Amino acid sequence: MPKKVISGNYAAAYAAKHARVEVVAAYPITPQTSIIEKIAEFIANGEVENLEYVPVESEHSAMAACIGASATGARTFTATSAQGLALMHEMLHWAAGARLPVVMVNVNRAMAPPWSVWDDQTDSLAQRDTGWLQFYAENNQEVYDGVLMAFKIGEHEKVNLPVMIIESAFILSHTYDVVDMLEQEEVDEFLPPRKPLYSLTDFDNPFSIGALGTPADYYEFRYKIAKAMEEAKKIIKEVGKEFGEKFGRDYSQMIELYKTDDADIVFMGMGSLMGTVKEAVEILRSEGYKVGAAKVRWFRPFPREELYELAKSVQGIAVLDRNFSFGQEGILFNEAKGVLYNTGAKPIMKNYIVGLGGRDLTVNDVRKIANNMKKIIEKGELDKEIDWYHLKR
Amino acid sequence: MELPADVKKRLTLPAEEHFYAGHTACQGCGAALGLRYVLKVYGNKTIFTIPACCSTIIAGPWPYSAFNAPLFHTAFETTGAVIGGIEAALKAKGYKVKGEDGIMVVGWAGDGGTADIGLQALSGFLERGHDGLYIMYDNEAYMNTGIQRSSSTPYGAWTTNTPGGKKHFLERKPKKKVIDIVIAHKPAYAATASVAYPEDFMRKLKKAKTIKGPSFIQLFAPCPTGWRAPTDKTIELARLAVQTAYFPLFEYENGKYKINMPSPSKEPKSLEDFIKLQGRFKYMTKEDIQVLQEWVLSEWEELKKKAEIFG
Amino acid sequence: MAESPFKADIEKVQKEYGEKMTPGAIVYIPGSSVVNKTGGWRVFMPKFDKDKCIRCFMCYTLCPEPAIYLDEESYPVFDYEYCKGCGICANECPTKAIEMVRETK
Repeated sequence: MPKKVISGNYAAAYAAKHARVEVVAAYPITPQTSIIEKIAEFIANGEVENLEYVPVESEHSAMAACIGASATGARTFTATSAQGLALMHEMLHWAAGARLPVVMVNVNRAMAPPWSVWDDQTDSLAQRDTGWLQFYAENNQEVYDGVLMAFKIGEHEKVNLPVMIIESAFILSHTYDVVDMLEQEEVDEFLPPRKPLYSLTDFDNPFSIGALGTPADYYEFRYKIAKAMEEAKKIIKEVGKEFGEKFGRDYSQMIELYKTDDADIVFMGMGSLMGTVKEAVEILRSEGYKVGAAKVRWFRPFPREELYELAKSVQGIAVLDRNFSFGQEGILFNEAKGVLYNTGAKPIMKNYIVGLGGRDLTVNDVRKIANNMKKIIEKGELDKEIDWYHLKR
Repeated sequence: MELPADVKKRLTLPAEEHFYAGHTACQGCGAALGLRYVLKVYGNKTIFTIPACCSTIIAGPWPYSAFNAPLFHTAFETTGAVIGGIEAALKAKGYKVKGEDGIMVVGWAGDGGTADIGLQALSGFLERGHDGLYIMYDNEAYMNTGIQRSSSTPYGAWTTNTPGGKKHFLERKPKKKVIDIVIAHKPAYAATASVAYPEDFMRKLKKAKTIKGPSFIQLFAPCPTGWRAPTDKTIELARLAVQTAYFPLFEYENGKYKINMPSPSKEPKSLEDFIKLQGRFKYMTKEDIQVLQEWVLSEWEELKKKAEIFG
Repeated sequence: MAESPFKADIEKVQKEYGEKMTPGAIVYIPGSSVVNKTGGWRVFMPKFDKDKCIRCFMCYTLCPEPAIYLDEESYPVFDYEYCKGCGICANECPTKAIEMVRETK
């Protein structure tokens, strides 16, 4: 297919179409809405076959309907943002617990109040314990590729878990950029029809799903999800590698490393802000800074091993969190620091809280952060651990 | 296993059992009996969805199931949405839904899961016109959590959160008429039914399978445990509820009402026996009983008028 | 139908589950509830007088378990392994052919 200049939301919609999704149940919310509008348009124009669109009355019902459809064997897709994602929360647990590979695009948007429709990762990170895989896209291309890979990974017989593909409000969702889409035949070959673990249509051997688990059994069911999540790391790498070999864009690394080989300081973060950071790394390097970037693509499962490998070779990691866990710290920082605690790798780590509610992070900001990190490394001690970097003083 | 021919002839319900013994319903459970009828009529080519309610437990904890049919356990408020999703998936995958040899999609939820927390999803299911059946088994309180009032609990009833102490704190709101809310959506088919009248219930189930579009049945299913009634009175109570017009049986189809029972031309029985058999009504004063009786009769008059005008 | 329709499955359930855990808490043997012998719940048991029975099937129809099935002559057979002793059958029997009696162990 030719390259197309489209928004991140349209990239998501095209990917769902190319994945031949069978059921879409969704509810409007800014800035997600243009995903489902586009899918409705595909149906209206007769561009898709065998796709049922359920215009539900809430996000909670959207996820419930997706769960019902997925348990009936259908390839199922939905999309939401912020408040809608929070409303779904209960059913996110349900999708994972019932082992249903629903794929959802969440457009990162700040939680209210105050009302905000702009970029912020706290909505999706608040869902980290639900048993969903989470992939943070840097650009529209990654939204498209991510959705296609999500079906293949989630539906894998060793995984059977739902997958969330996450893009930034407006910065990706409504910004037009070049997306290199695949031919339908290429997608069909990469992503064959779903073979469900079980289906409610198996009348010869009728299953009951999601029954009560007593204390004698519940524990083992949780362990099974934990194991599947661990297994998913392997599958993510396999599928990411296959994607690279077939289509030239490699996703075999759960953390994308950018010029980290000889870097003393690494900026670590997720999502679209890492585009700015990479740009800044280029500029700073030309100014003599030995810096690199580590983009965490998959937050769940968390790439512990890859982080450890990176941490062994750098002096300082500046973790840029476009999110915050009140009463604690940035969520990526918290996780990354926790991973390294029991290892020999102990670079200096500092948490910069940036971009909440859509505030811009500029190249100049990254330079300031680099200078601050440099000073800390020279001194050998942190000035403070959590830095509300943009705060109006 | 094969029944003799003369027995088959006289038996008014299908001989096959798809609801298995060993389930954990309380003694004399109306809901369990209702499930047995539904499974008898629809057989195993039926996809059930059950939210949090007594039937979650009745159906069985892992690894047990009393069902010989596919069953999806779901969250409390989601029945309408889940059966909508199942139906959409069946359509997308080209399965035949309903009709003689088609798949039946059934949601089976209690009154709390329907009248209260699940009302929004039910409305969505009806309004979008999904080709399935939603059965609300009505035992008039949250029984699985230990007998708390729902909006379907009648005036004057004791429950554990309307306990009837010195200040006489009993349920003070009349029973919510979920069936009227359902009919406001103008569904393909809506009906009330009772476990005391299995032939009537099973006829309605069969009808729901032939009609295209969303159907709804509100099934009156006494709960001896929660109603503080003897376990052998389940059917008697359900029968009295119909005979007193406390829970009249009727159908709504194509904009028309049809009353099945009790007879609209006769005076319904007094509520006295119905109330007397149940410990949950023991705190009611004479005045309370009068309030409930008047409510029953005024609702009954309203229904009769509807049947007259839209008959 | 002279035999309980459920008996055959019990062995299968016990044999096939054991340690096997299914993802998603899937119960893959329909009707596996039959391993749970609910007859132990009973306080009063139905005593059946065949002479009074008119074979109206009321007891069979209204049993919520179901723990009543019909024999070759279409008389009711009470399955005491599952009968919880609710007494609906006795209360609804039009000829009083069923009586609930306290069980002595």
